[in-house]
Amino acid sequence: MKIKKNVAVSESGYIFNPSTGESFSVNPSGIEIFNMVKEQKSYEEISAHFLKKYNTDKDTFEKDYNDFIGMLNHYLLLEKDHAEEN
Amino acid sequence: MEKLRYERPVIKKLETNMPNKFGLRTEYQPKTHIDGVAVKDLIKEHGSPLFVISEQTIRKTYREAKKAFTTRYPKVQFAWSYKTNYLNAVCHVFHQEGSWAEVVSGFEYEKALRNGVEGSKIIFNGPDKTIEDLKKAVEHDSLIHIDHLDELYSVIELAGNTDKKPKVAIRVNMDTGIYPMWDRFGFNYENGQAWDALNKIMRSEKLELIGLHCHIGTFMLTAQAYATAAYKLADLAIGIKKKYKHDIKYIDMGGGFASRNTLKGSYLPGSDTNPTFDDFAEAITSALINSNFEPDNLPLLILETGRALIDDAGYLLGSVISNKRSAQGKRTTIIDVGVNILFTSFWYEHKITPAQPFTHYAEDTTLYGPLCMNIDVVRESVSLPLMNKGDHFVIHSVGAYNMTQWMQFITLRPKVVMIDKDSNVHVIRENETIERITQMEKVPGHLKEFEL
Repeated sequence: MKIKKNVAVSESGYIFNPSTGESFSVNPSGIEIFNMVKEQKSYEEISAHFLKKYNTDKDTFEKDYNDFIGMLNHYLLLEKDHAEEN
Repeated sequence: MEKLRYERPVIKKLETNMPNKFGLRTEYQPKTHIDGVAVKDLIKEHGSPLFVISEQTIRKTYREAKKAFTTRYPKVQFAWSYKTNYLNAVCHVFHQEGSWAEVVSGFEYEKALRNGVEGSKIIFNGPDKTIEDLKKAVEHDSLIHIDHLDELYSVIELAGNTDKKPKVAIRVNMDTGIYPMWDRFGFNYENGQAWDALNKIMRSEKLELIGLHCHIGTFMLTAQAYATAAYKLADLAIGIKKKYKHDIKYIDMGGGFASRNTLKGSYLPGSDTNPTFDDFAEAITSALINSNFEPDNLPLLILETGRALIDDAGYLLGSVISNKRSAQGKRTTIIDVGVNILFTSFWYEHKITPAQPFTHYAEDTTLYGPLCMNIDVVRESVSLPLMNKGDHFVIHSVGAYNMTQWMQFITLRPKVVMIDKDSNVHVIRENETIERITQMEKVPGHLKEFEL
């Protein structure tokens, strides 16, 4: 899973997708996940980071992470990998 | 190092077109305390969901309403509308403030008597008064508001069998310029039914006609309709004086004042747009004072307003069960408050505030209750701060009707607590238990045994 190359998030959580002209806003935990995914961090690394930093549990984070990634996909911010296309 | 408060990640598409149906975000501060008591402590001690009633708010609202009328009219009496909330503790607060009781059934009548209200200060409305109810009301000198001719004949007959002269009023319905016009309670003004009933009462000589009553609608969004109603009742009263040389002791304007809740489909919040007590008072008292009543012989003005006096004093606390995503990608949140205990969610866009700190991020959300039924929707669309599973929230202005129209459905109804002026918490209704529910049931002998 990859975030599209030309999509980036600002410090304040503003995302602009130049290929569609759409813009989005994400909250601070969304910015963190977005940037870590962009840096190609694995889910295990991201989860470990959140569990260490925030007052949450593994199950809650996993559910929220999957939901967030699902929304990134819904808004066409993820690169489709070849396996998916096939 | 202490961990930071977790907020689930969210992404929101920015749009610059017209506002969507979710409306604008309205919650900026968490509601962590009610009258000095922490919401989380209330839930820890008494469970979730939990109804909370603020005694201070009841008294403050009542005094505000009373002031609006007594500063404009010399003789004013409030009568607490039992059907709006007949928990005894709530009734006692209103009676302590000086309210009489207004009841609409034998059950409510008995409740008022047991609460210690003198019979002569109980107004008996409603279309279903049994002969036994009427006998009791006559015996206790209560104010019987006659709804239909069958009832009138019953009271005349009862009066013939007793040495008491029943004190009666008639309920009058009329066109006050609003839609829908309520014409189901009492006798119509325009087509002569009201005069017909009044003539029957006066000519029977067995009843004492002491008042005129109307109940023109509910959640009235215009005060002017009350001015029309007051004018028409005054016209009847003056007509009776002229025809029978008989003074009407009181004009009862019934209830129906809107509270500050927001009706479904409204563009603006009810707290900004609904008429205030001053608006209603100005309309009613001006109409009475400007009518042909002699200035020194004005009738008592009785008000049976319920909803507007109690709505703001009631809160419903609850907890988040789960956050989900609908098939269309919409955020949905399941809470432990269903429409069975929040009946008014069918009418209002209830204000809902998280009970713990939150950031300025919000999500367009549908709030579902816990019932296994599709109609169990507490808010169709609300822009809510982010809440996690287990977080608490406060639903505002739920004091009217929810604690009388609630249903025991698939689960047990919760406790109701009242917070007094010193922030002491009193349980005023215990939560139901399965024993309480099943003790009323009986299984016939032949159904007791089975094998699976």
